[in-house]
Amino acid sequence: MQRPTLKIAPRASAHAIRCFLLALVVLPLAQYDSAQNTPLISGGGAFFTSTNGGNTNYYPITEPVLAAPLGQHILVESRASLLESFSPGGGSQPGYIHSHFIAESYLQGDFLALPRLTIVAGHYLIPFNTYNERLSPPWIGNFQDGPLISPLGLLQGGSGLGGMLRGNAFASNKHSISYAYFYSTRRNAEEFAAHRGTGGRASLYLPEQRLELGLSYDRLLQGTHENFYGAYLWWEPKDTGLRVRSEAARGHHAQGYWVEADYRLKAFGGFDSAIGRIEPVFRMQQTLRRDTIVSDGLPLVNTQRADFGLDYNFPHNIRILTSYARQFSSTGNRNVWETGIAYRFLFPAWKGK
Amino acid sequence: MSFKYWIKGSLTLTLVSALGLAAQQNSTPATTPPVSTAVQKQPPAQPQSEGERVFQQNCWRCHDAPEGFSPRISGTIVRHMRVRASLSQHDEQVLLKFFNP
Repeated sequence: MQRPTLKIAPRASAHAIRCFLLALVVLPLAQYDSAQNTPLISGGGAFFTSTNGGNTNYYPITEPVLAAPLGQHILVESRASLLESFSPGGGSQPGYIHSHFIAESYLQGDFLALPRLTIVAGHYLIPFNTYNERLSPPWIGNFQDGPLISPLGLLQGGSGLGGMLRGNAFASNKHSISYAYFYSTRRNAEEFAAHRGTGGRASLYLPEQRLELGLSYDRLLQGTHENFYGAYLWWEPKDTGLRVRSEAARGHHAQGYWVEADYRLKAFGGFDSAIGRIEPVFRMQQTLRRDTIVSDGLPLVNTQRADFGLDYNFPHNIRILTSYARQFSSTGNRNVWETGIAYRFLFPAWKGK
Repeated sequence: MSFKYWIKGSLTLTLVSALGLAAQQNSTPATTPPVSTAVQKQPPAQPQSEGERVFQQNCWRCHDAPEGFSPRISGTIVRHMRVRASLSQHDEQVLLKFFNP
């Protein structure tokens, strides 16, 4: 699994989600001033299988999300990952090895300070390029594993601890500019682990063309101070079911890119028809090592990979993900087969009157 | 990164872009947005409301909309999306109005 949320250091205890559960208990005690602002529980559950080089692994995963507004200007939100992993023992260990991970991905408070400024404090997802913040939840991504370059720029964990300024700097009918700047402090403890670093992202969105361009930069401020550069381009042509997403990233020791396209077959009765729910997906990606120091989670050698997927979007927020990938590298070419089913849930945190 | 790899990447992007353009020209204009049941049950104003425009331009960019949700959490969803999608306060307000006409 390449999904960053799963790459966070395994924490074999429930400490990592204590705050998530605490928030779940405490937040109902708060007073809510609007009937539309009830706290929500969202997220997804999935069962993934991956056959990589002949070994089949099974990953049941649940990622609950909690979002609770407080007053007119504050939002508290959190996401946790609960993953079980069943892998072939191999060698002297017949059968399957079972392990589990519990990790909090983020727990942050958002203060809507100004119409175009939000101040974020807490443990947040690093805003580098797009994958970590936008596509990593299993109910959103078109493939069950993330791009090979997704660890780049995530400061060796995917989450930062500290503060972030973000928002929309300017918006009109023709263009929109967004920004995010963060500073993360170092924390080695199991809960809210983070590395010291700083960086940000700026993006330009052209609504008429449905085109988004963005640039990212961050710098690790502990150990070897490494710089990471990123760029992305997204395009969703109007009135079609096509989405094209791409990213490039350059780190101290490796670099790479990915391009992904998915298409909903709208021409045959709309998106909600039996055929319109079919979603072919393609992704091309490549990683290139700049030196032999391996500290970034990317493949040890230059790697190319093509992913061919076919997803199906059932009613009631159920999605089937299937894909075949062929990976090429000097250490050997291999096939990766993946299938999975994901379910997304979204409901109020408590029953209404 | 060597030049030839960038060329390969650019060619791939150009190819998928061309496919997109072809799809755009061959498709009929959308009358129903790819949105949730809750939203579809509320016929969009003609011409397209500002809230619907914000919805189509910002939400669908990352994910398909959930299939229906309680109006009691619409404000929470919009506030969450304001942070995640870097919406302005104005966009947040028109989106909330779109969810609760």
